Amino acid sequence: MEHTSNEKLLDIRDLSVEYHSNGKIVKAVSNLNLSLDKGETLGFVGETGAGKTTTALSVLRILPELPSRITGGEIWFNGENLLLKSQKEMRQIRGKEISMIFQDPMTSLDPVATVGKQIEEMIGLHENLPKKELRERAAQMLEQVGIKRERIDDYPHQFSGGMKQRVVIAMALSCNPHLLIADEPTTALDVTIQAQVLELMKKLKQQYQMSMIMITHDLGIVAEICDTVAIMYAGNIVEYGKVAQVYENFEHPYTEALFDSIPSLDEEQDELKVISGLTPDPTNLPAGCPFHPRCPYAGPECAAQAPEIREVEPGHIVRCHKKCERRA
Amino acid sequence: MSEYLLEVKNLKKYFKTKKGPLCAVDDISFGIRKGETLGVVGESGCGKSTAGRAILRLHEPTAGEILFNGENIVNYNQRQMKEMRKKMQIVFQDPYSSLNPRMSVQALIGESLRVNGIGKNDKEREDQIRHVMDVVGLEERLINSYPHELDGGRRQRIGIARALILNPEFIVMDEPVSALDVCIQAQILNLLGKLQDQFDLTYMFISHNLSVVKHISDRIAVMYLGKIVEIADSAEIFKNPRHPYTQALLSSIPIPKVNLKRERIILEGDVPSPVNPPAGCRFAGRCRHAMPICKEVCPELKQCGNSQVACHLYDEK
Repeated sequence: MEHTSNEKLLDIRDLSVEYHSNGKIVKAVSNLNLSLDKGETLGFVGETGAGKTTTALSVLRILPELPSRITGGEIWFNGENLLLKSQKEMRQIRGKEISMIFQDPMTSLDPVATVGKQIEEMIGLHENLPKKELRERAAQMLEQVGIKRERIDDYPHQFSGGMKQRVVIAMALSCNPHLLIADEPTTALDVTIQAQVLELMKKLKQQYQMSMIMITHDLGIVAEICDTVAIMYAGNIVEYGKVAQVYENFEHPYTEALFDSIPSLDEEQDELKVISGLTPDPTNLPAGCPFHPRCPYAGPECAAQAPEIREVEPGHIVRCHKKCERRA
Repeated sequence: MSEYLLEVKNLKKYFKTKKGPLCAVDDISFGIRKGETLGVVGESGCGKSTAGRAILRLHEPTAGEILFNGENIVNYNQRQMKEMRKKMQIVFQDPYSSLNPRMSVQALIGESLRVNGIGKNDKEREDQIRHVMDVVGLEERLINSYPHELDGGRRQRIGIARALILNPEFIVMDEPVSALDVCIQAQILNLLGKLQDQFDLTYMFISHNLSVVKHISDRIAVMYLGKIVEIADSAEIFKNPRHPYTQALLSSIPIPKVNLKRERIILEGDVPSPVNPPAGCRFAGRCRHAMPICKEVCPELKQCGNSQVACHLYDEK
């Protein structure tokens, strides 16, 4: 496989995705640009409906075909444009090159097949191995994620939520993918179990030298596991940078609102600072900057014109007209 | 009279299963003062929601006393209980499934008035409904809308309005913000704080989200497998967590800050089954400080510094 000279593993350029619903067009993602280096872990943050999952599904080309359409853009992965691939070629890539973990481990496993069979199936799709070896590989994968190999013939219902998510991780990693997309992998789990799973993912990420996109709404998880972070609002990235840059020096008013909404563990607060209103109706996005109706700093230019991206410091970009004067 | 508005003594709720009794809530005691918020935290299956429901007798308690304003309500008959529930209300977790999709906002909020025969006529009831909608921040124009037309935050406001319209003294908040996005969650938390001040409400606030619980609670009870393992002022619990489970729980919270140095306690394994739970301390199997006594004797909740803790580590030497 050809490797481009710069170390970009994934490069999404001007991606736009629409859904058609009741004759209305929902702009789920509009002109999104994003890239990922080898070995990098990116946190993808935003509220429900911001377009995080849609972007991820576009990369794997598993968007539901009828209501949704990729209307523009390119998705370069390892030097090839995935949007030009046939479904047959994509099947070679899914699972082998790019894997995905879905939010709810309870529903992403087949209840009538043993976990061993499910992992074997995944490996068998991409590698031509004798049965015995397949089973051995599946057992090894279970051990990798901290499940005893004796449990290979158990069914999903015999596992707890955290263990099921481990099985899903084992499946996703079984073909040694270059990129793992994890869509809220710990949201359905309790906090102590979440800590176990995050710890495991950190370890495996190192061991397998993978790149990862971690979709989450939890800024705490991003701080824990990610190198870079992209904050998404109404179908586009409003702020992007290294985690330290964005967390310590955020510029976008929406990023600020997200941080303000989280109750602090260190200080007493009588009231949380909140922004009014809701995420906009995606069938009817406001003109100009989609955040301007809720933005406490909005000026006339914000309603008139959509802001371009602006570099705050090297590698830290923000999509906002206003120069930030909040912090001296 | 005791200092508590609500006092729970030795409350138990067991469910029958084929494999034996499921001890969802196993002998818990605590009190909530008037105007106070008691946060109840713990992981799925620890019995926090069952406790909240048993207090309202939505689940019939297996044993124990529930004193509300000094009166034991466990033996109340249905009519007395119906009267009582005007003072004790509940807000449920999921605003997507706890509202009847075929009822309008007006019908949903007005249901409790109708059930309790409050208000002389429809006009008077509608005035009350409009008033409470205003109090919880629902726009008047939504009065004839249906739940599916509204977002999660507004639906949860309906849930709160339903509880509030009867002028209760005490509300069980069963994970009221867990299904909401952070910005909306913050709006609802602020609303709950405002309502508490305005109407002198007492809350039992059940949640698995520790930062939310810390924000809203005066005191916090930590539950594990049907038992309260620690109870203390909210600041104290976060400053000096004493029970090893509380310590592990607090260290598991992902904190949205970079370059944070802290010790992380990763618990091994999962919560054991509440069917035939282990003898002795429920947490012993996962506890890094477990001693021989822990597997045999179940520790009682005892005063230790400014907290009450159920752990043998704090037994008098």
